[in-house]
Amino acid sequence: MNYTFDFLAVLASWDRLLAGAWLTIKLSTMAMALGFVLGTLCATGRLSGIAWLRTLVGAYVETIRNTPLLVQVFIVYFGLASMGFKLSAEMSALITLVINIGAYTTEIMRAGILSIHRGQIEAAECLAMSKTQIFLHVVLLPAVERVYPALSSQFVLLMLASSITSQISVEELTAAANLVQSETFRSFEVYGVIALLYFALSMLFRAGFWLIGQLAFTRRRKLGTAL
Amino acid sequence: MVQFNWFHVGFLLQAAQWTVLLSLLAFVGGGVFGLAVALCRISRYPLLRWMTTAYIQLVQGTPLLVLLFLAYFGLSIMGFQLAPLAAAGISLTIYSAAFLGEIWRGCIQAVPRTQWEAAECLGLNRFEQLLRVILPQAVRIAVPPTVGFMVQIVKNTSLASVIGFVELSRAGNLVNNSTFQPFIVFTTVALFYFCLCYPLSVASRRLERRLNAVRN
Repeated sequence: MNYTFDFLAVLASWDRLLAGAWLTIKLSTMAMALGFVLGTLCATGRLSGIAWLRTLVGAYVETIRNTPLLVQVFIVYFGLASMGFKLSAEMSALITLVINIGAYTTEIMRAGILSIHRGQIEAAECLAMSKTQIFLHVVLLPAVERVYPALSSQFVLLMLASSITSQISVEELTAAANLVQSETFRSFEVYGVIALLYFALSMLFRAGFWLIGQLAFTRRRKLGTAL
Repeated sequence: MVQFNWFHVGFLLQAAQWTVLLSLLAFVGGGVFGLAVALCRISRYPLLRWMTTAYIQLVQGTPLLVLLFLAYFGLSIMGFQLAPLAAAGISLTIYSAAFLGEIWRGCIQAVPRTQWEAAECLGLNRFEQLLRVILPQAVRIAVPPTVGFMVQIVKNTSLASVIGFVELSRAGNLVNNSTFQPFIVFTTVALFYFCLCYPLSVASRRLERRLNAVRN
């Protein structure tokens, strides 16, 4: 093998890679926040007494979880545009990511809500808490606490999956790398560098989730113990 | 202009066979290496444990798309001109091995410690303990999540389209380029994926219920 590695050619366009990484962070953070809201709403819908709502949410979850994100991105970006809804690439990416992570969050949150013991809710009723209060303080918060590890690793996977949006010309980290690659022809160096950047980003997100967990769930207890 | 017609559906169907083949390749490759990874993770040698942990962390912390680019463009500098199928197979194997290894490690460790101890009392060596006592029990636990992960593999083969391998997604792109009807084309592609993945999802849930019932 006579190949001389040239990382300097890649590092020369560090500003582009940094801009790409920043867009990846923005895109995935927004998708996580909106997807969490969507998923929580859908989870309550799926556990509600309304039959058609349960079926609808079930169909949504199954459709999204059994088709690739790449195809979902294409349908939203190219498909909707052909029907007259012209969205920018970033907007399409965000919408697809929210719809995608929403389906996974629904399943995770459903498991969390189901893990809340019936007695907890009855106890809260005895304390004369309102329905909203019960849902927020007795059901939702402990449910999130219980599924928090699963939720945060799903969110990190979403951040990694956001690389797929480079295929519809969203200028995030992978797209920036493709651009640098086509200018410098240093493919191994470029993709090696962004692999490490993504690794650093996933560490960053994990640290962030750990911190949020520390702040949001102040009661200290071991996983798997009764709530 | 050509309209989307049955000929295109036939073309997509043909491409779906490549998706299935690539999925099988990734599953077999990932399964073999994944088992090795799982065994290394529970090994008594810290170096093996440490190395496989690093491997899993690294693969699970980078997108599959980047792994694909690294395998396809990156390996060519070492003089290997990889065919898209080979590059896709290699990167999907590396990817699946990390996830399957971690899933299976969990399953092996879910078998109660006392089973190891009881097997040791019967005079079995460590390899026999694993092969005859632990693994048969771990397999029961491992089947549902493994089938569930196969759905992920099938979906992830769609990424092989970006390095020019003509599987279902790439075929969708090609058909779309000649018909300019992206909505119907990609919905059909999605439907094909759904038909491949949904039975696996259902099977995974059923197996989980049935095998759990036996265990309890």
